[in-house]
Amino acid sequence: MTVFLRLLFRNKLAGFGAVVLGIIVVLAVLTPVLPLPAPNETNTASRFLRPLSEGHLLGTDHLGRDLLSRLMWGTRLSLAVGFAAALAAGLVGAAIGVMAGYFGGRTDNVTMRGVDMLMAFPYILVALAIVAVLGPGLLNALIAVAVVNIPFFARNIRGVTVGIAHREFIDAARLAGMGHARIILTEVVPNIVPVVVIAMSTTIGWMILETAGLSFLGLGSQPPQADLGSMLGEARSALITAPHTSIVPGVMILLIVMSVNLLGDGIRDALDPRLRSGALARPMATTRVERGHAPAPKGEGLLRIDDLETQFHVGARVYKAVNKVSLDLQPGECLGLIGESGSGKSVTALSVMGLVASPPGVITGGAVRLEGQDLIGAPYDLLRSLRGRKVAYIFQDPLSTLHPLYRIGDQLIEAIRVHEPVSRAQAHRRAVKLLEDVRIPNAAARARAYPHELSGGMRQRVGIAMALANDPDIIIADEPTTALDVTVQAQILALLSDLRRDRGLAILFITHDFGVVGQLCDRVAVMYGGRIVETGPTAAVLAAPAHPYTRRLIACVPELGGGQRILAAIPGLPPAVDDLPAGCAFAPRCDKAQEACSKGEIDLTGDGRQVRCLFPEGAV
Amino acid sequence: MTLALKTTDLAKTFDIGKRLIGPPRAQVRAVHPVSLEVRQGETLGIVGESGCGKSTLARMLVGLTPATSGTIEIEGRALDRADPAAFGRLIQYVFQDPVSSLNPRKTIRQIMEAPLRQLHAMKGRALEARIAELFDAVNLRPEFLNRYPHEFSGGQAQRIGIARALAASPRILILDEPVSALDVSVQAQVLNLLAELKAEFNLTYLFISHDLAVVEAVSDRIAVLYFGSVVETGPAEKVFAAPRHPYTKLLADSAPVVGRPLGGAQSGELPDPLNPPAGCAFAGRCPRASDLCHRDIPRLRVVEGDQFAACHHPVPH
Amino acid sequence: MGGYILTRLLSAIPVLLGITIIVFLIMAMIPGDPATAILGSYATPENVERLNRHLGLDEPLWRQYFIWLGNLLQGDFGRSFALNRPVLDEILDRFSATLILAGTAFVLCSALGILAGVVSAARQYGFADKAITFVVILGISVPSFFLGMMMILLFAVQLRWLPVSGMYSIWGGGDLPDLIRHLTMPALALSVVATGVIARLSRGAMLEVLRQDFIRTARAKGVHERRVIWGHGLRAAMVSIIPVLGIQAGFVLSGAVYIEMVFQWPGVGRMLVDAILKRDILLVQGGVVFVAACYVGFNIVVDVAQSLLDPRIRT
Repeated sequence: MTVFLRLLFRNKLAGFGAVVLGIIVVLAVLTPVLPLPAPNETNTASRFLRPLSEGHLLGTDHLGRDLLSRLMWGTRLSLAVGFAAALAAGLVGAAIGVMAGYFGGRTDNVTMRGVDMLMAFPYILVALAIVAVLGPGLLNALIAVAVVNIPFFARNIRGVTVGIAHREFIDAARLAGMGHARIILTEVVPNIVPVVVIAMSTTIGWMILETAGLSFLGLGSQPPQADLGSMLGEARSALITAPHTSIVPGVMILLIVMSVNLLGDGIRDALDPRLRSGALARPMATTRVERGHAPAPKGEGLLRIDDLETQFHVGARVYKAVNKVSLDLQPGECLGLIGESGSGKSVTALSVMGLVASPPGVITGGAVRLEGQDLIGAPYDLLRSLRGRKVAYIFQDPLSTLHPLYRIGDQLIEAIRVHEPVSRAQAHRRAVKLLEDVRIPNAAARARAYPHELSGGMRQRVGIAMALANDPDIIIADEPTTALDVTVQAQILALLSDLRRDRGLAILFITHDFGVVGQLCDRVAVMYGGRIVETGPTAAVLAAPAHPYTRRLIACVPELGGGQRILAAIPGLPPAVDDLPAGCAFAPRCDKAQEACSKGEIDLTGDGRQVRCLFPEGAV
Repeated sequence: MTLALKTTDLAKTFDIGKRLIGPPRAQVRAVHPVSLEVRQGETLGIVGESGCGKSTLARMLVGLTPATSGTIEIEGRALDRADPAAFGRLIQYVFQDPVSSLNPRKTIRQIMEAPLRQLHAMKGRALEARIAELFDAVNLRPEFLNRYPHEFSGGQAQRIGIARALAASPRILILDEPVSALDVSVQAQVLNLLAELKAEFNLTYLFISHDLAVVEAVSDRIAVLYFGSVVETGPAEKVFAAPRHPYTKLLADSAPVVGRPLGGAQSGELPDPLNPPAGCAFAGRCPRASDLCHRDIPRLRVVEGDQFAACHHPVPH
Repeated sequence: MGGYILTRLLSAIPVLLGITIIVFLIMAMIPGDPATAILGSYATPENVERLNRHLGLDEPLWRQYFIWLGNLLQGDFGRSFALNRPVLDEILDRFSATLILAGTAFVLCSALGILAGVVSAARQYGFADKAITFVVILGISVPSFFLGMMMILLFAVQLRWLPVSGMYSIWGGGDLPDLIRHLTMPALALSVVATGVIARLSRGAMLEVLRQDFIRTARAKGVHERRVIWGHGLRAAMVSIIPVLGIQAGFVLSGAVYIEMVFQWPGVGRMLVDAILKRDILLVQGGVVFVAACYVGFNIVVDVAQSLLDPRIRT
């Protein structure tokens, strides 16, 4: 709760809304005890007094009634009605939504068709029809506003419930012997409460407006009783002669609704975990760079990465995802970058072309040189002209990495035409040729397909074709086969291997699978906790790992053909990169660790075959 | 030898495009009639690629998905009504995604209490003691009980999931890809823990995975699923070492193994489930397929000793 | 594609039938006796009964419904007793005025809302984003009828730029420039709330889309950022924006009721409110069915637009 309030008031506008609304609510509650004239006391002698008149701070209306008093009583009424309508609509709508979403099937079908039917009316028609049946009156207006909003709540909550009902913890609860009623109450409802609160807090303002609107039309509160809407409605005929009688209630509605909306937005932001972590930030076109000076190149290479540091800044926390990583890639070479999740291998790969999502990503140091040219902090136009033309990417999940609404042929054509001014027809011919090159059968017809119409393996072939579109020198493949089945993976790896040989491509291959590295890569670099701990020719590293982490990680991986057995395991967990230990990050899990391992930097030593360890395995 | 679990012609057909009234637009057979026997204390590994029906099969076995036809017997007792609570005391499930299988708004203690209270009507001190015992068994510290799921890593969360499944004191555990969401260094920890628990609590496992090497490492026997059917069963040490069904052979040859050259297997993709082929589902990808294969669905039958394959032309040894 | 449009059209039939049933039942629930309402409270019982029989009100409810539905289908919406003219004639006159007002407002709010939302998302946390967010909050918080009144005070009374109310000038009007001068204020006032809602939603949808993997793919291909946002980004965001446009069309149509009151616009909203206050049931019934049917038709157009955009929902 305190966390919630702190988050809420971090948003200054929400705080402002809370204060304004608080004042209005307090005044409205206190209205009966405030020294105000009776709101309905008419005095035709002093009609339409201007504001700041004697005895009438805000003036009087067309019957000489005190506007301030009427305003306060009207505010009371409007607030009460708005909140009541939101509460009623929210609870009823949520109940319907939860039932439909949880039970699904026919219950869902019938309920949602009813809801759709209600939503097929512009809402005012429903409200007008309800008022027509029940007759004008404030309570009836409240009912009308609540009823027309129920479908919106029901739909929203149903959607959320469907998502929750298919989560595995619901299955677990059923297996634990819980019945439907208990599951709905203890498993589903607690998870949708924030959504209901958000939905209510963002629609209360709307409901206050709606009830005011019905009163404005003369269908809500009936004279002499007045809410803000009917005050405005009565004042309309005197708009030109006595504008203050309109402005006073109108401004009050505006103030109430605006403060409710500001507060509602704040509540939404504070309750939504994604907003809390800043995950809804939009990634910029290139990764943010905050670098002192570029380190001198440590050697030659088509692509050289020197002391690269990429961090994620989330609030006050700094996650050192990539910590002084140096790599080089020679023409035609395949370099494997291997590590567990969170080791920084993908972030390293994305840093090369400035594709790390930013915010929260920041490149804080190091250099990435393509044929000697430093790309860190390079102007956007330069980076853009190199992306896809010199260095192309293949990503992990081919369904989410292809645009779902463009035909794959058009996506390939675009890839060609952003770098080369060729005609569409020409680009189309090349696109079909590319699809043939990646062994997609019936390429010309498949070019017209959308990504969802292809299988996972075919989609990844499209991803590869797109990477090849501009004949790049380097392909960076970020776990390109992890999402695929093993038989498809074998096909894709074979394809990549052939293409590499035919076209002389250099490949930076990111994976967590030693088997894949062993089959495809010339050299391998092993990452742990944002650092490279070992690198060397693949065969040498796999046959005789020098770093204890590499050795034990290889031992963890069961190999086919070994039969039933107890596996080697590494105790403990990989380190959190926002709280790295001093010295070797693997030391806390390492059975060979000595005191020296946890003190000070440990360098990557050796030549060609390098290891970052004080006590490496065997002789290097 | 007593049977822990026996299924007879267990099958599931899903309706696609349901209408308010009238028949659905199409039907997909996710699991073709499957008959399996799992002995007491055995680990049966089930291997298959995505879309082969292995998860649907698992969910039927615990009653989360009602079977379209066929029967399930657990220790000789038929369980044909899809009521997870009735299944729960005998057979439990460990989920693939450890974090998603824990309700984010409950403490670990509340999560652990549910099966004990609901299935065994435990309360008070006995409940406390039982939870402590279970937590000890999965090597978790008791202070974790007051925390919420998001505070745990994948490996820890999976231990909690296992402890919850054990809380029901089941005879059989269905392990549905229990380590595929975990990193390799943590994966081995969980696999070894599962082996210890099996001995300690005298359990029977059904271990489902797409990772051949993992399945081989933990199983006594293995069943290979393809397109909703069991295509091969046999002892773990034989199935991948000497596969009899061409699909099993393809799987074994596709697994990335250091030193094996790439490009051995270029063999097409799964058939369309909405439009299944007439004969053997693998025939379209099979180098050994004959006319017979395109016409008749092969039945699972003995090839040699305790190795079975559903193939008209099994791979010779 | 043609198949999709056909199924969508067919699926509208039960919805339209449902609408007529709901409207008919609601109207049947209205307390009081229409005949008494028409003839006044001094009518003799014989006269009331004769009129009831004439109107078919002595039949069972379901037969009344089918008689009414049959008449509707033949274009006979009955006669308004208060106006003493056929309901359909009155509706058609009034609805064209509403269509001009609401249609203009809808085009305005869609264009401005999407534009503001995309710019806001593209410059998240920048000055433009903050300014737009503030204006949007203001826009969705102001009652449109109050805004309309304030516009009259400022632009018509104080500055005398635009006419106070009505659709055409009484003398010498009737041409297009005259209509535009009369339309400007009400259309703007009507579009403000929906513009705000659409802008907010478009911003949210864009932020959601711009985090997706396929945006990273577009950037990795070297696609220019302008095209990443206005092409790849907006196209994907439209999938969630278009349904909201459909819903907002309903809100614009609803808001027109207030605006028509404020600006004395001779539209169908004002007609309905008057009819309700006068208990002119046939006019209410006919008006509600007619407007709801038009809205259903509009939503079919929205769905077809959606399916043109998103190949995944075509079946």
